[in-house]
Amino acid sequence: MNAKEIDQKTLLRNEADPLTHTPVHLLELDQVGKNYGNIRALSDVTMAVDNGRVTCVLGDNGAGKSTLIKIIAGLHQHDHGTLKIRGEERKFNSPRDALDVGIATVYQDLAVVPLMPIWRNFFLGSELTSGFGPFKSMDVQKMKDITKHELAEMGIDLRDVEQPIGQLSGGERQCVAIARAVYFGAKVLILDEPTAALGVKQSGVVLRYILQARDRGLGVIFITHNPHHAFPVGDRFLLLKRGKSIGYYEKKDITLDELTAQMAGGAELAELAHELEQLGGHGDVVKEVHGEMAGVEQATGKAYT
Amino acid sequence: MTQTLAKPAPLAGDERVGRRSPFQKLLGRPEVGALVGAIVLFIFFSVVSSTFIQPSSFATVLYGSSTIGIMAVGVSLLMIGGEFDLSTGVAVISSALTASMFAWYFSLNVWVGVALALVVSLTIGFINGWILVKTKLPSFIVTLATFLMLTGLNLALTRLISNGVSSPSIAQMDGFASARAVFASSVNIAGVEVKITVFFWIVLVAVASWVLLRTKVGNWIFAAGGDANAARAVGVPVTKTKIGLFMAVGFCGWVLGMHNLFAFDAVQSGEGVGNEFLYIIAAVIGGCLLTGGYGSAVGGAIGAFIFGMANKGIVYAQWNPDWFKFFLGLMLLLATIVNLIVKRRAELK
Repeated sequence: MNAKEIDQKTLLRNEADPLTHTPVHLLELDQVGKNYGNIRALSDVTMAVDNGRVTCVLGDNGAGKSTLIKIIAGLHQHDHGTLKIRGEERKFNSPRDALDVGIATVYQDLAVVPLMPIWRNFFLGSELTSGFGPFKSMDVQKMKDITKHELAEMGIDLRDVEQPIGQLSGGERQCVAIARAVYFGAKVLILDEPTAALGVKQSGVVLRYILQARDRGLGVIFITHNPHHAFPVGDRFLLLKRGKSIGYYEKKDITLDELTAQMAGGAELAELAHELEQLGGHGDVVKEVHGEMAGVEQATGKAYT
Repeated sequence: MTQTLAKPAPLAGDERVGRRSPFQKLLGRPEVGALVGAIVLFIFFSVVSSTFIQPSSFATVLYGSSTIGIMAVGVSLLMIGGEFDLSTGVAVISSALTASMFAWYFSLNVWVGVALALVVSLTIGFINGWILVKTKLPSFIVTLATFLMLTGLNLALTRLISNGVSSPSIAQMDGFASARAVFASSVNIAGVEVKITVFFWIVLVAVASWVLLRTKVGNWIFAAGGDANAARAVGVPVTKTKIGLFMAVGFCGWVLGMHNLFAFDAVQSGEGVGNEFLYIIAAVIGGCLLTGGYGSAVGGAIGAFIFGMANKGIVYAQWNPDWFKFFLGLMLLLATIVNLIVKRRAELK
């Protein structure tokens, strides 16, 4: 490995928060682990999130990405290690706890209710009301106006906030979910595989919103299995494999090829190419895997064939 | 209700938003299928039977509709919230039996029994909801169990306390007259006696519509039924919402139970079985999706009105009432198909 791993202790000592200029991170995990019965879903994960920074969590299926975000979002509690918010140790009992300290999660399935209008989804769980006592009613017009305005602010030009959110495209729904989190004062925004189900162009749109959220001063945790999506927007990269951290890098210390190599693992790619050939796989696919391997070999200086 | 759609947000002439005529907007409402059905049925019976459109007959139709409609309000909300309740039919009778037998056994003012019945009805709702959210069993199983248990309790406790199959008469007891005035009187409107349940029904529908469309609880109900996990993830108290909905159904059951009791002075302990389906049918005809997340209180009311018209209309047309169930089944099938088409359009458009 010619990529230099971040020494967490040094990082804590040296790096000041770019906005608050304190040596305390917005969100910080130290050797966090989680067991489901006798299954170790996650162990020894150390990472940090700061204002105006994007921390990418990369890993293949089953690497523990979902477990990690469930811990940060308050759906599960960690069994080992510490989770600190602005230096204060916390353990969340419910998603509400996490929301209250400003951690908002945009889930893969988006946490939107498809049959409900966009504005109802936007304010779901945090409705604006007027009046008092039992006569408290929702301020419908204001909520519609804010929805329209906030989405326009994020550069999303929606047709009609009254239409069911299920009618929007996947990318548009992602953007509504992100705008919602930003509006409700999220400090930390967790994005769970926002580009997984999207086409190339739509992915680009979502990546742009990630940068916009970052520029608004949010700390973003971007979960993905695609290093090509992570590298252009990320500031830090945490790599997970089989529930363990296999590397934690700053952007200046790693290149896209190295990231890809780390994620895929050169030896595994070689095995895959071999297997595909044996099964009579399509020539192009095998060639592609070989190409990927060449990149890995270049990056790591090791030969796998 | 149409307010929500009739006033689209000011869009400053976005070319992608085609102008929708009021007619098209109407087609997008959940209760449109039921409304069309109700109008067709009304015209049909008006033509077939001359007595049907007389004010007094119409008041009878409204009364019949209201006895279903009061329950359909709660059941519709519950269905929008993604659950349904099979215990409603007998729970109504449980409530009436509680009020009459408690007051009779301890020789108390009947209003004490009425108050206790309210507590019992809300508790039945709470238990249904609580078991549902704790066990995560389907509401079909949970409320089917409650239905059977309540059916048994109604019969067994009545026999134990009054030695018969009906509750003892409470007509001579303190407070009976005032309770009858509240729960089972009639109001004279332009020479026509209109039963008070019709007004209960209208008030309940109005309150339920307001809650559903204009309060945050209404937002939570739609979300709990539409996608409970998504709702929970954004901080909606899904379990409280669902328990609350079951209790709202309990409240409606109490209102109807008190009417059943004070319209006469005793209740048959074996009654109510099968009525739960009428309430569910009214809600489904009114455009509530069985899977939750979509529907309206007004729709349930229209469904109940269709039921009332078909029920009484057949009598006024001097047909054999045996045909009634056939009619009901046909209406249910047609309404559900219309709802399905409307929902697909809403999703795919």
